[in-house]
Amino acid sequence: MLSIILKLIVAAVLAGTPLLFGALGEILTEKSGNTNLGVEGMMYMGAVSGIAGAFFYGKAAGGAPVGVVAVLIALVVSFLIGALGALIYAFLTITLRANQNVTGLTLTIFGTGFGNFFGDFIAKNAGGSLVVTDGVKAMFKGIAIPGLSKIPVLGTLLFNYNWMVYFAVIVAVVMAWFFKRSRVGLNLRAVGEDPATADAAGINVTRYKYVATVVGGGICGIGGMYISMVSQNGVWVFDCVSGYGWLAVALVIFATWDCNRAILVALVFGALKIMRLYVALPIPSQFYDMAPYIVTIIVLVITSMRESREHAQPKSCGTNYFREER
Amino acid sequence: MEQYAIEMKGITKTFGKVIANHDVNLQLRKGEILALLGENGSGKTTLMNMLSGIYFPDHGSIKVNGTEVSIQSPKDAFDHGIGMIHQHFKLVDVLTAAENIVLGLKGGITIDRKSTNKKVKELGDKYGFDVDPAKKIYNMAVSEKQTVEILKVLYRGAEILILDEPTAVLTPQEVDKLFAVLRNMKEDGKSIIIITHKLHEVLSISDRVAILRKGEYIGTIETATANQSTLTEMMVGHAISLEIKHPEVEQGPEMLRVHDLTCLNSEKVKALDGVNFSAFGGEVLGIAGIAGSGQKELCEAIAGLYPITGGTVLFRQKKDGVEVMENIGGQDAQNIHKKGVSYVPMAFVPEDRLGMGLVASMDMVDNVMLRSYKDNKGFFVDRKPPKELSEKLIKDLEIVTPGVSTPVRRLSGGNVQKVLLGREISFGPDVLVVSYPVRGLDINSSYKIYDLLNEQKKKGVAVIFVGEDLDVLLEISDRILVMCGGKVSGIVNAKETTKEELGLYMIKVGGGKEEIA
Repeated sequence: MLSIILKLIVAAVLAGTPLLFGALGEILTEKSGNTNLGVEGMMYMGAVSGIAGAFFYGKAAGGAPVGVVAVLIALVVSFLIGALGALIYAFLTITLRANQNVTGLTLTIFGTGFGNFFGDFIAKNAGGSLVVTDGVKAMFKGIAIPGLSKIPVLGTLLFNYNWMVYFAVIVAVVMAWFFKRSRVGLNLRAVGEDPATADAAGINVTRYKYVATVVGGGICGIGGMYISMVSQNGVWVFDCVSGYGWLAVALVIFATWDCNRAILVALVFGALKIMRLYVALPIPSQFYDMAPYIVTIIVLVITSMRESREHAQPKSCGTNYFREER
Repeated sequence: MEQYAIEMKGITKTFGKVIANHDVNLQLRKGEILALLGENGSGKTTLMNMLSGIYFPDHGSIKVNGTEVSIQSPKDAFDHGIGMIHQHFKLVDVLTAAENIVLGLKGGITIDRKSTNKKVKELGDKYGFDVDPAKKIYNMAVSEKQTVEILKVLYRGAEILILDEPTAVLTPQEVDKLFAVLRNMKEDGKSIIIITHKLHEVLSISDRVAILRKGEYIGTIETATANQSTLTEMMVGHAISLEIKHPEVEQGPEMLRVHDLTCLNSEKVKALDGVNFSAFGGEVLGIAGIAGSGQKELCEAIAGLYPITGGTVLFRQKKDGVEVMENIGGQDAQNIHKKGVSYVPMAFVPEDRLGMGLVASMDMVDNVMLRSYKDNKGFFVDRKPPKELSEKLIKDLEIVTPGVSTPVRRLSGGNVQKVLLGREISFGPDVLVVSYPVRGLDINSSYKIYDLLNEQKKKGVAVIFVGEDLDVLLEISDRILVMCGGKVSGIVNAKETTKEELGLYMIKVGGGKEEIA
C-alpha cells in the first residue's frame, strides 16, 4: 500500500512540474496586470523549440553531443521562444492596447500551430521522428542524489527527481521572495494592482509590464520544454501539451497568485492528472480530466465568497493602461 | 527679478478637439500658498497634471526655480521636487502605508520594513500627522489615506506640493487640521498650490489666488484684497447671486417613514444601524456626513436597491381611498408591481449618474424610456411618448445637446444631471431622493439644479438631499439629518444650526454632547 502511495506522489510531482512552470510564468505576468491566456501556446512553442534546439545541436556535434550543453541549449532556447510568444502578446496589449483576453486566446491558437507544425516538419525532414540522442535523454532522467536518496521513504519521495523538478521549486521560492521582500517586486505588484498609482510614483509601468510578461512567457516556455524532454522522453509527440497550459491558468487561481502555494497546488493537480493510472474507479476517464477544473471552480467560488482583498487577482488585470486616458 | 518656485508660461493642452488649457500663465512664489481657483472643467487639474508629469503640454514652457525644465513623467517631477496629491488618491489598496510611500524609490534590493516604518512615523510626527505605517490602505479612512498621500510626497523630499481638492472628502474639523499642517509646511519653506472651488477655503488658507475659467488664465490676485464676490466674478465671468433660494412652504403630510432600518454590507458589518426618520411633503431634508457614513446605503435601501436586514421603509400610499403607510422597503421594483402597488411614489437620482442613473451609451429617448417601457402593452415599444418627453425636457431644463438621439455620454456633467433629474421629476414622485446632485457641476448648473429641487418642494414633494457641501446643505434644507458610522447622529433644524455643530455630529453620534453634559 505504502509503495503505491509513494509511486502516486512521485508521479504527481513529475506531472505537476510543467504545470508549476506554466503557473509561475502566468503569476509573474498577472502580477504586472496582464492576463495572458496564451500559456498553452507559449508552452507549445517552448516544447518544440527546446527539443529542436537539443536535436540540432546533436546533429551539429556529429551525433555525440555533450549532455550538459544540450540541456543548456534546450533550456535557453525554450525560454527565448516562450518569451518571443509573450513579446508578441506584450506588444499587442501593452503598446497597441489590444484586448488581453482575445490576444491571449489567439496566442494559444498560434502557439499550438507553431509547435505542431515545426515538430512534424522537423520530424519529417529528420526521417520520421524528432528525437534527441540517448545521452541527452539521460540528462532529463531522475538523479539519485548521493546519500540522501538512500533514506527510506523520504529518499524516494524527495531526492530522486530530474533536475527540472528542483529547478521549478527554486524558481517558485525565489519568485515568492521577490514579490514579498524585494523593492522591484513591490513595484511590480503596484503596477499590477494600480498602474496609475505606480506611474505617479515614478515607476516605468510599460517597462515593468514588458519585462514581467516576457520573462513570464519564458518560464511558460521552459514548462513546455519539460513536457517534450521529460514527460515525452525526448521525443516530439503531436499535440503533446494538450491542455497543460489551461491547467496552469487554473492553477494560478487555485494558488491565489501565491508562488509558494503554487508548489502545493501543482502537486495536487499533478496527482489529479495521473490519478486514473493508480486509482481505478468505474467512471469514464473524462471525469478524471475534469477533476482539476472542478476543484478550481470550487476554489473560485470559495475565494469570491471570502472577498479577500489580498488573495485575489491583481486588480488591473484585463485592462490596459494608458496614462492620458480621461 | 523675482525667482519663482514655478513659472508656467503659455501652456496649452488639448485632448482631441477639447482644449483643456489655452495659453495659461502661472507663477508660484517660494514659501507661499497659492490657491488655484476655477469651476469644474476649467482645467485646473489638467494644468497641475502637467506639473506632476501625468500630461505633457502641447505648447509652453515650465520653469522650476528659474531653470526651464521638461517634465516628461512623474519621475521627472519628483526630481524637480514637485509632488502632487491627487484628488482620487493614488494608493495601492493591498499595500501598507509605508510600502506605498517608498513605492518606486531607489534603494537596496530588499526593503527594510522596520526602518522605513520608523522613518515614516518620524516624518509624520514632524508635521503633526497621526499615521500607522504598517496599516493596509484598504483598512483606512479617507482622511488617513490623504495623510499617507501627503507623507508620500514629503518623503520624496518635495519642496513644491500640489493638492488637488484636498478638502472635498474631509469634515470641517479635519479641514482645520489639514490647514494647520499646510501652514506648518509653509513655515518650513515649502511652496504649496491648492486646487479648490470653495471660496471660503481660498480666503482662509491662501496668500494669493490664481483663477482659471474654461481653460484660460484670468489672473492672479492677493488674497488679502479679494472677497467672495470678486472671486466668483473672476471665476464665472459675470456677477451671480451666490444665495441659494429657500422658499418657505408649509409642511405637508408624512411621505416617507424609515423605522429602525438596519443593513449589513458585504463584510457583514452594519452599514446602517437602527436608522429612524420621517420625511414630509414640502420640505428638503438634507443628509450630511463624512463620505461613507451610510448615505449611499440609506438612499439605495429606500430605493429598494440595497438588501434590508431589519426595520421598515414606509411610503404613503392610497389604498381604497384611504391614505396609509405601506411597507415596500427592501423589495425590488418587480416585486412591488406584483404586490399590487401600482405606483412607486419615489424617484432616485443616484450619485453615480452614468453608472447607475443612466446608460451612458444610449440616447436620451432610450434613457427616458427605461423608466416607462414596462407600461407599454405588447411586444414592441412605443418610442413616441419618451421622445416627446425628451424634447420637452430639453426645452424646459435648457439641456444643451445636439439632439435627443445623442448618447448621453457625450453631454457635459451638468446636462447629464438635468436629463436624469428631469426624467425622475417628470413621473411626479412623492419622495425625491437626490444623492450629491451637484457633484462635478459648474456653478450655473448647480443653481439650476437647486431651483429644480425647490420647485419640487413647492409642489409638496418630500425632497431628500444628500450633500457634501455643508454651506449648501444649510441654505437649501429645512432639516438636516447627520449620519455617522451608519447611525443617525442627529436631526437638526437647518436655520438653527451651524457648520461646527454639524461637524461634531459628523464625527461622533449625538455630537459628543452627552459627554459634556
